[in-house]
Amino acid sequence: MTTIPAAIGAGLAVIGAGLGIGKIGGAAMEGIARQPEAAGKIQTAMIIAAALIEGVALFGVVVSM
Amino acid sequence: MMFEVKYISRIITIAFVALLTVIPNKASATIVEGEVNSSKELQAFIMHHVSDAHSWHIWGEDSTVINADGTINVVSSSAIHIGLPIILIDNGLVNGNSDAFNQIKLAVWEKSDSNGFVLRDSLGLALENDSNYYAIGTIAGNKYILFHEKIYHFEDGLEFDEEGHISNSRPLDFSLTQNVVSMLLSVFILFALFFPVARKYKKIGVETAPNGRQNFLEIFVLFVRDEIAKPNIGEKKYVKYMPYLLTIFFFVWINNLIGLIPFFPGASNVSGNIAFTAVLAFITYLVTQFSGNKDYWKHVFLPPVPKALYPIMIPVEIIGTLTKPFALTIRLFANITAGHIVVLAFMGIIFSAKNIAWAGLSVPMGLFISVLELLVAFLQAFIFTMLSALFIGTAVEEHDHH
Repeated sequence: MTTIPAAIGAGLAVIGAGLGIGKIGGAAMEGIARQPEAAGKIQTAMIIAAALIEGVALFGVVVSM
Repeated sequence: MMFEVKYISRIITIAFVALLTVIPNKASATIVEGEVNSSKELQAFIMHHVSDAHSWHIWGEDSTVINADGTINVVSSSAIHIGLPIILIDNGLVNGNSDAFNQIKLAVWEKSDSNGFVLRDSLGLALENDSNYYAIGTIAGNKYILFHEKIYHFEDGLEFDEEGHISNSRPLDFSLTQNVVSMLLSVFILFALFFPVARKYKKIGVETAPNGRQNFLEIFVLFVRDEIAKPNIGEKKYVKYMPYLLTIFFFVWINNLIGLIPFFPGASNVSGNIAFTAVLAFITYLVTQFSGNKDYWKHVFLPPVPKALYPIMIPVEIIGTLTKPFALTIRLFANITAGHIVVLAFMGIIFSAKNIAWAGLSVPMGLFISVLELLVAFLQAFIFTMLSALFIGTAVEEHDHH
């Protein structure tokens, strides 16, 4: 019966990561729309931030395994 | 007319790729009868495919039937394996081949009162309840048992501790496993790609415009230089770290891509192996620490905080240097392993539901995830290199304003 709490925990981690990456993506879109010439820099920064958040979410998932 | 031909060829290509993703999985169907839940079987199958192995499974599987009373019968065995060398260090070097382990014994599931099923072999040894097979082999006069892809000494049978884990001693295992062979293959591919180009630069220099393979590789080399090394390490110091960053980028990328090939030379899960990613991250850690300058070490051991906080801050800063490679390890490992598991799980829907109609859903979804994994393979290689460059950049950065 340890699988259900683990699944809930993994799900919560993924929800958090989804919200975080969604916010970053939205903000990056806005930034690019306002300043299309900075698209490259914004994308790089976005990917780094998304990777860091994703890392935390993956910790959650791996621990839940 | 041309328009239609173009579309037909596209459809054929997509269908072919879809078939390629499903065939190797279809071949390993397990016929399940009775009441034993097949999701457990499926789980064991998927975990077997994402983990390392002492022999290279190419095609087919032992088809087994699980009877209603919980016992297993082998219906047919069509599995083809390539035996890989087994190298053990056990009071001196012991060499062998994994064919020495080919006497695979089948164990029997027995219903137990409390927790589902207990696995017992024909001798009545209780084994862990998520594996069907173990193999006993003799190498250089010593008896070993291969169980869950771990090799144990096997003189008088298996012994278990109170938690049900095997307590037999283990020799040091330096075998060329599936992952090692796959990694050597990727090294070979990289050498074959890069050496001719490097030789050309050595001979002619940068006099002529690049052509052919040189042109193709230059895109990625320039990408690593202009998008990763220069912005993160700085114009002045990046040159020294380019060989390392390029190596790590191409090595991670090629291993990710080989893992996406669903049949023989591919399909191994090298970059989804935590030992592999941990070693790469550890090398990044070493490079970062050894290139750390005065400012970097000052930030660790004399942080700009009141002296009373030093007992807290210094351990935190030291742990902070260690969490970075740890995060690198987990990120690559979890991303690649998750990709493999998702594709296999979509294929598994067909066998779990025991209905071919599910292929209409699971094959397109499996194809979609496979294509998405192509992007992830590149992205993870990029992020690993990018974060390595970022960590090195923080270590070599000079703070003029202090």
